[in-house]
Amino acid sequence: MIPLPFYLVIAAALFCVGLYGALARRNAIAILIGIELMLNAVNLNLVAFWRYIKPASPTMDLAGQVFALFVVTLAAAEAAIGLALVIAIYRSRDTVNVEDVDLMKW
Amino acid sequence: MFNLAFLIPIFPLLAFVLIVFFLNRNNRVSALTAVGGILLAGVFSYGVLFEAIGRGGELAKHPESFSLPGFFTLPTGKETFFVGWMIDPLAAITLFMVTTICLMIFIYSIGYMQHSHTDAQGQHHVTDDPRYARFFAYISLFAGGMLGLVISSNLIELFLFWEIMGLCSYLLIGFWSVRAPGEHHIDDAQTVRAKFAAIKAFLTTRVGDSVFFIGIIFLYIHAHDLTFPVIFTEETLHHLAKTEMLPGVPWVTVIALLILAGTIGKSAQFPLHIWLPDAMEGPTPVSALIHAATMVSAGVYLIARMFPLFLTAAETHGPVMQVVALVGAFTALFAATIGIAQDDIKRVLAYSTISQLGFMVAALGIEAYTAGTFHLITHAFFKALLFLSAGAVIHGVGTNDMMNMGGLRKKMPITATVFIVGAIALAGIPPFAGFWSKDEILGHAFELGFGEHPDPVASAVFVMLAIAAFCTAFYMTRQIFLTFFGEGRDHHAFEHAHESPVVMWAPLAVLAFFAATIGFINATPLGIDFFGKFVGEYVLGIKAHMEHTPFNPLVAGMSVGIALTGIALGYLLYGLRPLKHGQRDPLMVLGPVWTLLRNKYFMDELYGVVIAQKAGPAGKTGKADSVRVQPGLLLMFVGWLSEVCYAFDKAIVDGMVNLVAALGRALATVSGWIDKTFVDGAVNLVGVVTEEIGDGLKLIQTGRVQNYLLLAVTGATICVLVFFLIR
Amino acid sequence: MSTPLVLTYVGFLIMAAVAICGGLIAVSARNLIRAALGLILSFVGVAGLYFVLEAEFIAVVQILVYVGAISILVLFAVMLTRGLMRRDLSAQNSQWIAALVVALVLFSALLLVATGTNWKVAETKIAGDLIPKLGEQLMTTYLLPFEAVSLLLLAALVGAIVIARE
Repeated sequence: MIPLPFYLVIAAALFCVGLYGALARRNAIAILIGIELMLNAVNLNLVAFWRYIKPASPTMDLAGQVFALFVVTLAAAEAAIGLALVIAIYRSRDTVNVEDVDLMKW
Repeated sequence: MFNLAFLIPIFPLLAFVLIVFFLNRNNRVSALTAVGGILLAGVFSYGVLFEAIGRGGELAKHPESFSLPGFFTLPTGKETFFVGWMIDPLAAITLFMVTTICLMIFIYSIGYMQHSHTDAQGQHHVTDDPRYARFFAYISLFAGGMLGLVISSNLIELFLFWEIMGLCSYLLIGFWSVRAPGEHHIDDAQTVRAKFAAIKAFLTTRVGDSVFFIGIIFLYIHAHDLTFPVIFTEETLHHLAKTEMLPGVPWVTVIALLILAGTIGKSAQFPLHIWLPDAMEGPTPVSALIHAATMVSAGVYLIARMFPLFLTAAETHGPVMQVVALVGAFTALFAATIGIAQDDIKRVLAYSTISQLGFMVAALGIEAYTAGTFHLITHAFFKALLFLSAGAVIHGVGTNDMMNMGGLRKKMPITATVFIVGAIALAGIPPFAGFWSKDEILGHAFELGFGEHPDPVASAVFVMLAIAAFCTAFYMTRQIFLTFFGEGRDHHAFEHAHESPVVMWAPLAVLAFFAATIGFINATPLGIDFFGKFVGEYVLGIKAHMEHTPFNPLVAGMSVGIALTGIALGYLLYGLRPLKHGQRDPLMVLGPVWTLLRNKYFMDELYGVVIAQKAGPAGKTGKADSVRVQPGLLLMFVGWLSEVCYAFDKAIVDGMVNLVAALGRALATVSGWIDKTFVDGAVNLVGVVTEEIGDGLKLIQTGRVQNYLLLAVTGATICVLVFFLIR
Repeated sequence: MSTPLVLTYVGFLIMAAVAICGGLIAVSARNLIRAALGLILSFVGVAGLYFVLEAEFIAVVQILVYVGAISILVLFAVMLTRGLMRRDLSAQNSQWIAALVVALVLFSALLLVATGTNWKVAETKIAGDLIPKLGEQLMTTYLLPFEAVSLLLLAALVGAIVIARE
């Protein structure tokens, strides 16, 4: 089998790419894209650990997969809320540039 | 009945309150309220007297005292005074005397406080005094004070009522110190005199009262109580006699002498007698009520009340009783001689009052308790009668000066008759009241002074009192002849004279009846000793240990003889050849002695030089405001002394205080600087540092969510690294 | 079903490359449409990795939900807010260098962790069909989280409608 660290490194890379997107992009939708990437990285980790670490009897306990499914669900919910917020901000402030949204500034 | 006795002073006090607050608009109603108040008090007093007589000797042995419960108390540290009252035979008979005389005088005042005058058209007008209602309020308050004093069961209460009477005396002497526009019966000079007489009376009696109060304080310190039944027990009196202020001077002597000072002030004894003659500036009912019958005899009543204390003092061989006797006898003689040479009808009576009070004090001083209190009662009746008749004369004639009267017997027959009754009673002719009491005093003094064990003090007292009795008879005769006999020396006054209205002469008749007959309650020569048994056997439950003086025909004859001699001399000088208008007084042949008596031994001038005197344009035109008080030598010395003390105070005491203050100020300045610089500095530093840090830190609050996220992730990364590396 | 190890390595590397490249396009493309397409590419790559891990159900769900639903949602949002970004403005914000540094440092840290840790790996073969078991466990052992997630999804749905409504 392919060694576990391969998957972990790929997941880490994907996570850091997504993190960069979330931190460095100006467009709110681009930030959401970054966050989706990070969630994918996490899911990849969950499934990899299920396959390699946990399955003393992988047929009996499917926790890794179950939680991966939950994360997928959460990602869908998050995407729906996030995009709704983007639409709402766009309506009220005529922008999707998060640098213009700084109401909490001192 | 006794348990309701506290109502007796309440009625007149209630009348006072009603008049002052509600009724003062209406003169008639005010007067009737006052009369009603004293009438109710009189009804209760008579009830008390009858019950007291019914109890007989038992009451004398065990006086009844009561106290009001609850909040009528006066807490004084450890002890509590109860507001209470006490009835003993002396109180009962004094209540009878006071209410009777008050009632008569109140009724008399209804007429007296109206003034008649003739206007330019010759019309007669009778108008009320402008302060008619106020007058009745004052005398009601006074009556309440006097009745309260009589039934007081402790010295504090007694002193309170004592001072209420002093206040009323002041207010009533100065009653005519203000002249309303259109008031005709007084002039400006009179208002000035009234004003200063009131001040003089108030201040002079205050001297005695202050000393008296010191006595009360000492008594409280050593007896731990001021309630009569408590302090007049064998143990307390014994304790007072045993504890000494100085070696050989027991406290009881000191306290008795201090209390005597109260009597000297209130009863106008020498040397504090000077206020009483001037007090005649007040309306005549006031002179009769306060300055003849009741308030001035309160001083004598005080000695009678405190008699067990004085007896105890006498037992310790202190000079207390001798002092009392000599003060009284000297005053009696001193005032009687002055009375000879006065022309003012009321001043003659005033000096007579001083003299008779001296008789009472002297009687108590020679331990003749019964005689002294008996004379207190009889004197009140005939002296009130004399004053009121004199008031009727003044009211009719419009002047006080006997030299402007004469022949009034024809114009005012009733007044003349009752006046003569009073005068005979005062002079001591049997069977009128004054004879019985005065004879008893003289008899007692004679017994002690010339009996088996002659007492030099008592013999001196007897001699002085005998001469005083002679003078009394003489000046009363002089007064009668100058006033009622002969011919009118002032035509205008004689024409103006008229008999008083019935409201004035009816009380006079009642008082004349008493003046003639009251003496029979203790007519010892006739074997009647009701009063002596009633009052004199026990003093507040302590057996009076004086012997009953048997009737001495020699003394009785002597006193009647003295009185008759005085009357005869008076008749010779004034009756045989009545004074004509402008004629000089026949007594002026006495020369310097006349001058001395005429000027009252220059006592007023002496006080003027030593203490203070009036200065400035007094007289007919003098306004009250322009009269100043000129300090006398003593006052000047006191003033100088106070200047010195003031300078000392200013320089040394104030200097020290200011130094301390300056030091404190300097210290406070240093302390303040430290506080401002270091303590405040530290506090401010904390504030400034916090503010600077905040200013710096707020910069990271950019409001951009990505900044926050970046920082959070940086922190998380560092955590991961650290966690991994230290593993 | 046994696949030769070499083929497995080849499939893994291809899928990993697809995932990483898609991700890079997604975060770096100036055009948001392109970024969304990059995102789809990345999702497909990850789905491929799930196949390599023999988690076929998850892989299918990944394609259905992510590629079929979320990516389309993103595309719609992009088109709704089109033309807003000024042309002259950079797609990156002012802190992008710092973000890059942090991302790289974190990557190195995760690299250290992933390679430096002694994983207790167990070699197992998967026998039989796992999907009925997955369904069974969802309805028994993990019933409570399942229901909670359902509720969350419902709430998110209602919330999204409320927020985005005019």
